[in-house]
Amino acid sequence: MASNYQFDQFIGNVNTDRIRYIADPQLRNIVNVSIALERPLLVKGEPGTGKTLLAHAISEALGKNLFVWNVKSTSEAIDGCYMYDTVQRLNDSRFGSNDRNVNNIKDYITYGPLGEAFVSNEQVVLLIDEIDKADIEFPNDLLQELDVMEFYIKETKEVIKANYRPIVIITSNNEKELPDAFLRRCVFHWIEFPEKDFMGQICQLHYPNLKRNILMQCLKQFYSLRLYKNLRKKPSTSELLDWIGVLLKSGITADDLEKDIPFLGVLIKKEQDMEYISKKTGFSVKP
Amino acid sequence: MFVDFFYFLKGKLPVSITEFLTLLEAFDKGLISDMVSYYYTCRSILVKSEHDFDIFDRCFASFYKDMDVEFPQSIKDEIWNWLNQPLDFDNLPFQLQMPPGMIPKDLEELREYFEKIMNEQDEPHNFGNRFIGQQGTSPLGHSGKNPFGIRVGGSSGARMAVQIAEKRIFKDYRKDIVLDTRQIKVALKRLKKLEEIGKQDELDLDKTIDETCKNCGDIELVFHKRRKNDIKVLLLLDVGGSMTPYATLVNKLFSAAHQLSHFRDFKYYYFHNCIYERLYETAAREDNRSILFEDFIRKYDSKYRVIIVGDAAMAPYELSERYGSIYYYHRNEIPGAIYMQKLKEHFPFTVWLNPEIINPDWACYTRKVLSKIFPMFNLTLEGLEKAMNYLRKESRHLPSLTKNVTELLYH
Repeated sequence: MASNYQFDQFIGNVNTDRIRYIADPQLRNIVNVSIALERPLLVKGEPGTGKTLLAHAISEALGKNLFVWNVKSTSEAIDGCYMYDTVQRLNDSRFGSNDRNVNNIKDYITYGPLGEAFVSNEQVVLLIDEIDKADIEFPNDLLQELDVMEFYIKETKEVIKANYRPIVIITSNNEKELPDAFLRRCVFHWIEFPEKDFMGQICQLHYPNLKRNILMQCLKQFYSLRLYKNLRKKPSTSELLDWIGVLLKSGITADDLEKDIPFLGVLIKKEQDMEYISKKTGFSVKP
Repeated sequence: MFVDFFYFLKGKLPVSITEFLTLLEAFDKGLISDMVSYYYTCRSILVKSEHDFDIFDRCFASFYKDMDVEFPQSIKDEIWNWLNQPLDFDNLPFQLQMPPGMIPKDLEELREYFEKIMNEQDEPHNFGNRFIGQQGTSPLGHSGKNPFGIRVGGSSGARMAVQIAEKRIFKDYRKDIVLDTRQIKVALKRLKKLEEIGKQDELDLDKTIDETCKNCGDIELVFHKRRKNDIKVLLLLDVGGSMTPYATLVNKLFSAAHQLSHFRDFKYYYFHNCIYERLYETAAREDNRSILFEDFIRKYDSKYRVIIVGDAAMAPYELSERYGSIYYYHRNEIPGAIYMQKLKEHFPFTVWLNPEIINPDWACYTRKVLSKIFPMFNLTLEGLEKAMNYLRKESRHLPSLTKNVTELLYH
């Protein structure tokens, strides 16, 4: 291949002290496609399927720094680029400052996560988390920044251009629909809920010492819970992992699991669901 | 083949040229090596919502299935031409390790090779680079990765991608089917217009600087009002009779709108089939808990966004005649259609949400009339979003609707 990047650079399996993560082959492939095409990767999926963790895993696997931009309902596109602290400058102009020069506007400009990722001296991973939390127009305001990878600081009349194009991962929880112009520029992937076998691999990665029969029993109970159509919130991967953690600490055996679902509260978070499940299954609901 | 597929898809999904070019870029960079990765990459680049995955799957399956089952003559020639062309082996698009002897120079040689190997081989050879088998880089067999091979048995990569598509696992994510309270809330949240409301608790930077300068540098803080949603909503619900089957759905809409503290004001009224001189505060529609139509118009200014929910299905005279009301003792002096028209004139931002989802051509007469007075949308997530978008656009051009109702009523 003639180009300078290496395709298949993200192998999908990360197992370090900080991050344990497995991506299925499709996700792995799409991550590599988006890196090769230099397009942001938009990830959606059920809550708890590891959307945010994906960016952490990529950063860990590729040995690149990660910048996280947690989008809030009040976030604006400019916040991610830079912030100009006028009030501080106003204050300094009145009362003086030892660290900052009032005549130098640059002293009052701090970069946001996007800005930090741009000025970094190496390629980094940028995670824009839960982009749908912000206003409907928010993604549109980021078009230029993500397309050409530059932004303009109007206070200093400077253009900040990315030294190295960051690997951009964007997650969304589907609360708001994203604008078409924005979507056209992204590569999109929907993380499917893992199949039983793959889920087994994920659990093994997190709990290497977990006994096979306990794992199978856990998975059986877990997937049978997910079959109830009327659950308001179905338990997801992250809840399963927490649950197994609790079970291991309490020293449960496979036989116990067959009759009952202990610590159901770790899997089911809503009161109505709890009542519904205990009615349907006859399992005791213990905290 | 790709261009054809793109146009095939374009009829069904909002795919753009930008995205198509990105797909070609992916080909150019050698990111797609078989039909399965083509399917996933193609889907990632062209489809941007899991709601559309099902449509994509169906398009993909039907487009590529035909290609595999019925080989059109023209494509066949093309492929034979490719196969007969001398190939440039130094610049392989795929990173394959094949011993030079195994790469066929042309189709004739591949056939000879096939026959030779077939005579030699006496056991299964999977994952190999020479004999007939599954996987591997041998040019013979199936599910392998040799781009120049002959498929022997099994199914080709193309079929496999089609099979993935044929599973249609994203059927449940289709937007035109599911509708739950949360989704309704999200759709209703689209209705937003920011105005300055409430306490003065936000720092006005420009004015602060101005005032500070005037104050000889002594800091003078200026605050202004926060901007909040200024949209006021009236929900008018048709209850009883033909609306009963849709009660659950309408309830969901109602509870979503009711729980949402998003609007500046939210009020709701009930009616049955058509609006006459009264609107009712409860679903039981008692006269002592109702408001007269004239008072209603006076009480709520024309800035209110009105959402009417009903199936618009009734006897034609309920709409067109004096004393036409469905209730025998109810003597309406003015035909229902006139009230409807008045409503529309007073509230320019009115939409009608219809839970009865049918082809507009099959709609009953009254529905046709009412959909000429009010913009009518299906009570699906998609329809709801369209309706909210319609209500949001305040000063932009709104489609003009027929002014004279009577003209419609008597052909």
